[in-house]
Amino acid sequence: MEIVNRPHVENFIRWAADKPRVVVLSADLTNSCEVGKWRDTYPERFFSLGMAEQNMMGFAAGLAREGFEPFVHTFAVFVYRRPYDQLAMSIAYPNLPVRLMAFLPGITTPGGVTHQAIEDVAIMRATPNMTVLETADATEVESVLDVAHAVDGPVYVRFLRGRVPRLFPKEEPMVLGRARLLHEGDDVTVLTAGITTEEAMRAVPALAAAGVQATHLHVSTHKPFDDPLVLDALRRAKHGVLTLENHTIVGGLGSAVAELMAEGAIATPLVRLGLRDTYAHGASQAHLMREYGLDAMALVRAVEQLTGRDTGLREDDLAQVRVEEVHSLAKAEAL
Amino acid sequence: MLTSSTMPTDEVRRSAQRIRKRVFEHVMRNGGGYLSQACSSAELFATLYGRVMRLGESEAPLHPPAFAGVPGRGNHDYVSGGVYNGPREPELDRFIFSPAHYALVLYAALIEFGRLDEGALEEFNRDGSTVEMIGAEHSPGVETTTGSLAQAISQAGGIALGRRLKGEPGRVWVLMSDGEFQEGQVWEAVQSLVHHRLDNLGVYADVNDQQCDGRMDDVMRVGSLGEKLRAFGARVYDVDGHDVEALARPAEEEPDGRPLFVLAHTDPTRGVPLLADRAPNLHYLRFASDDERERFQRACDAFDEEA
Repeated sequence: MEIVNRPHVENFIRWAADKPRVVVLSADLTNSCEVGKWRDTYPERFFSLGMAEQNMMGFAAGLAREGFEPFVHTFAVFVYRRPYDQLAMSIAYPNLPVRLMAFLPGITTPGGVTHQAIEDVAIMRATPNMTVLETADATEVESVLDVAHAVDGPVYVRFLRGRVPRLFPKEEPMVLGRARLLHEGDDVTVLTAGITTEEAMRAVPALAAAGVQATHLHVSTHKPFDDPLVLDALRRAKHGVLTLENHTIVGGLGSAVAELMAEGAIATPLVRLGLRDTYAHGASQAHLMREYGLDAMALVRAVEQLTGRDTGLREDDLAQVRVEEVHSLAKAEAL
Repeated sequence: MLTSSTMPTDEVRRSAQRIRKRVFEHVMRNGGGYLSQACSSAELFATLYGRVMRLGESEAPLHPPAFAGVPGRGNHDYVSGGVYNGPREPELDRFIFSPAHYALVLYAALIEFGRLDEGALEEFNRDGSTVEMIGAEHSPGVETTTGSLAQAISQAGGIALGRRLKGEPGRVWVLMSDGEFQEGQVWEAVQSLVHHRLDNLGVYADVNDQQCDGRMDDVMRVGSLGEKLRAFGARVYDVDGHDVEALARPAEEEPDGRPLFVLAHTDPTRGVPLLADRAPNLHYLRFASDDERERFQRACDAFDEEA
């Protein structure tokens, strides 16, 4: 598996070259959000708003009203927590095309509780007019720009930075409202988003080798959440459905799946893995994923419990799984 | 075509008094309402529409249309209340209205300046109407949704920045109330307007020392807004908010790189001295007794719009 170093840096500069209406707003986290070089390349389109996010949301709204496409870059917690009223009233209510690039989703930061956006998907899903996206790899970090750009209204993006794996081929960009079908099987259905997808990509082949066949869907659009592929996958699960999310289990992917299942009368158990209605703390991503049960092993144990089968899989077995780029198995007609 | 930015001072003064009277009459018909805001800000609205703002003619029907739904992907019928202030042209100004509970005063001003018909106030606060009590961006004359106070100045900052990027000479005028300056967001906005040298933006603030709970000095002291704003680097004029000439003059100065703040010091009982009996509870007039209502009705009947 290829690891790409800071894919956003050059990609965003290239992408914005022929889009003069794209502007960037930053609240003192410019290099931290990988737009330092963008600022130096397009200084006339970059605006430093200082540590003042409430005001930054208003400026973004005003610029959008004037025909610009503001890409707000800051940490996720400073997008949806601190200035929520401004986000809702100045940006979301008027349905303005502001792109909220939200860095450090969930427990991807050792910055602790103040920096960990663990309920953002819930809050953004509940915000009318908002489109909610999440990136899982370099291909999605690169292609989410086109997806957001095409939306007539505000978009919230859970963004990855730094060393990012490439899980999906470059020629298979993110598509709004379409899940990626990464594995097929009838015993259980597993849905993941963001960094938990790589974990499931370790667990699912190991489970298959141990005799438990899973359908694995990767979700990059949290809202709207109406992909028929998801509904089909939920219906085929013999033992039940599992969701694994880098987020509290209240209001995020697990809740969205629960809503679909209830509305679709899909009567099978649902296991929601994620932060169990708790805040986290400052530690490494690997440590926190293990501590809070967001990793491949946690998924295997949950599948065992759901199916009543002991796979015999241990941590070492999962660590040895080679994760390779995977093409979505979804057939065009199923999309 | 430009309208109304050259109205003679006496006429602006009379317009202000008619705005005050129209709001007073409506409040009496309604059995209560936001009256003190009209008392303090009538000259502000009249000066903005009559002397300061360069606006084109209204693009909206004189009688306000029914509510056509909230903005969103599915709503193609949505019409901004900003169209009452004329077209969005590079050389024309824009009006951003911050204290949304002053909506009745704004509607009265739009009637006074021929942008709404006299019957528009019959729609005020009526179910299904755009003439809402706390105006939102579908309400006549309202371009942004600012009922959550202090958000307008930031949105106006973005509009001013966008207009500068496009090379538009038109200015952006924001009407604010002094209570809003208790919100931290205002000061975030001021520092950013100064930092980005947005001198195409001007704020007119109704400094009436009143807020919902009573006198600002009792609720939360803000001290001297002028000194604070100057310390932030803004260009500040403290003026008598009932003096049309004094209100209009700062807007005639050549912009100098600093955002402009005109602090209009006003009397929230101006024209209705009877209101002072209710101090410090001036925010929303609710009659405590029939007797009080009758006293206000007599004051309303005797209101001299030439005064």
